[in-house]
Amino acid sequence: MPRSDRPARMVRHMYHLVVFGLAFTGFAQMPIFKRYYLADVPGFAWTADYYLNHRIHYLLAALLLAFFTYVIIVYATVWRSRWQITRCGLFSLGLWSGIVVTGIMRVMKNQPGMHFSPTTTMWVDWLHLGLVLVLGMVSGIMALGRRKILIPRS
Amino acid sequence: MSISRRRFLQSLALTGLGSVLPSTAGAVARGEELATLLDIGKCIGCGECVAACREANQHKYPNPQKPFPKMYPDRVKVADWSERQDVDDRLTPYNWLYIQYADVTWQGREYELTIPRRCLHCTNPPCANLCPWGAALKQDNGIVRINDTICLGGSKCKSVCPWHIPERQTGVGLYLQLAPSFAGNGVMYKCDRCYDRINKGEVPACITACPENVQTIGPRSEILAMAHELAEKTNGFIYGETENGGTNTLYVSPVPFEEIDKVIDKGPGRPGFQPVDNAMAPEDKLLRALIFAPAAGVAAGILHTVRALQQDDHKGDDHAKK
Repeated sequence: MPRSDRPARMVRHMYHLVVFGLAFTGFAQMPIFKRYYLADVPGFAWTADYYLNHRIHYLLAALLLAFFTYVIIVYATVWRSRWQITRCGLFSLGLWSGIVVTGIMRVMKNQPGMHFSPTTTMWVDWLHLGLVLVLGMVSGIMALGRRKILIPRS
Repeated sequence: MSISRRRFLQSLALTGLGSVLPSTAGAVARGEELATLLDIGKCIGCGECVAACREANQHKYPNPQKPFPKMYPDRVKVADWSERQDVDDRLTPYNWLYIQYADVTWQGREYELTIPRRCLHCTNPPCANLCPWGAALKQDNGIVRINDTICLGGSKCKSVCPWHIPERQTGVGLYLQLAPSFAGNGVMYKCDRCYDRINKGEVPACITACPENVQTIGPRSEILAMAHELAEKTNGFIYGETENGGTNTLYVSPVPFEEIDKVIDKGPGRPGFQPVDNAMAPEDKLLRALIFAPAAGVAAGILHTVRALQQDDHKGDDHAKK
């Protein structure tokens, strides 16, 4: 994302916050925060509340969807002439697409009256978690190697 | 899933009229959920259903490996029912159905009620919706069950269940192959409404064994109509129609369930008859935010684009003036 673009920088910080929140509330769906004492830390009891974290996850997912559609529109109309997506960026986008699609499928499945086969549901759950773990690793490697998602067009 | 109409009719002949609605096989073929109606007024507490459940589901019961892996941190307690498999006065991994007793006075009359208790098989089950591993699942025919081959025994299903029905057995299941000391703690067990018998066109064991025809199984819409008819006829009360957004187990009692809830023995493995709001209702509302979000993103993106184009125009004008 262009660093010179002031509103874009603010959006980038918001994006990092939302992604951190999504990862945190996502992992809070597993019974680990109580087991590993995080919920015992004063002020962190809520981390063991599955329903609360699930609802925060939904809200943050809505923010992320809004962010992604915003970036897609702006990149297509304004940024594309000056900035190009790197291969790392394309790979990350692919992972994000999978995470978003499996997330949407899980939300659909949670609706009353919606039937997904148990096997489909299981694969959706595993893919969602697996893609998040891979994206986390890829993002870490990109940060260490100072790789960017967008670079100026030469 | 195909179910032989003949098999269901055979089951109906075995169990007696009224236990299986004739439309059951057709409803399953159409993908309609099955529900059960429990007429509490008929139950004599003989325990035949409990014994039949144990016999029919024996092959699914846990066979834990001992000694159990050491758990880290120490606060993680093992749940071992393997030495207490005979316990039948509560739900355990080896007892998926038990009889609850309620001595209650209502409108000047004393009632000694005996109530078969097990998983209610919610129509929108939080256990299946919130299991992070896909182990708790809901079948098209309305059965909610736990896949014991992938369950890690984290007990989240029990935490999010309004009645805290599933029960854990340590020392069994997939977690033993992963990181047994650090993640997982066994497998969760509960009533699966004899899904394997249903798959074969048979009727759940507890229904077949009941000498009083306490339970009736059939399409939910018809079972619901029956429940209302029975409640009207007996001046009774219904539990399960709206609780947690609706369950596929409907109880009809001559006594209000608030009164029953006051007198029954409740606690671990012993669910109550408390009022239960739809646990997944907030998620249903949040769906609107998820649907609206992309539209908001598109609107923000268009605004950004328009502003950027206007700035470019201004820059162009400035250059022209120079």
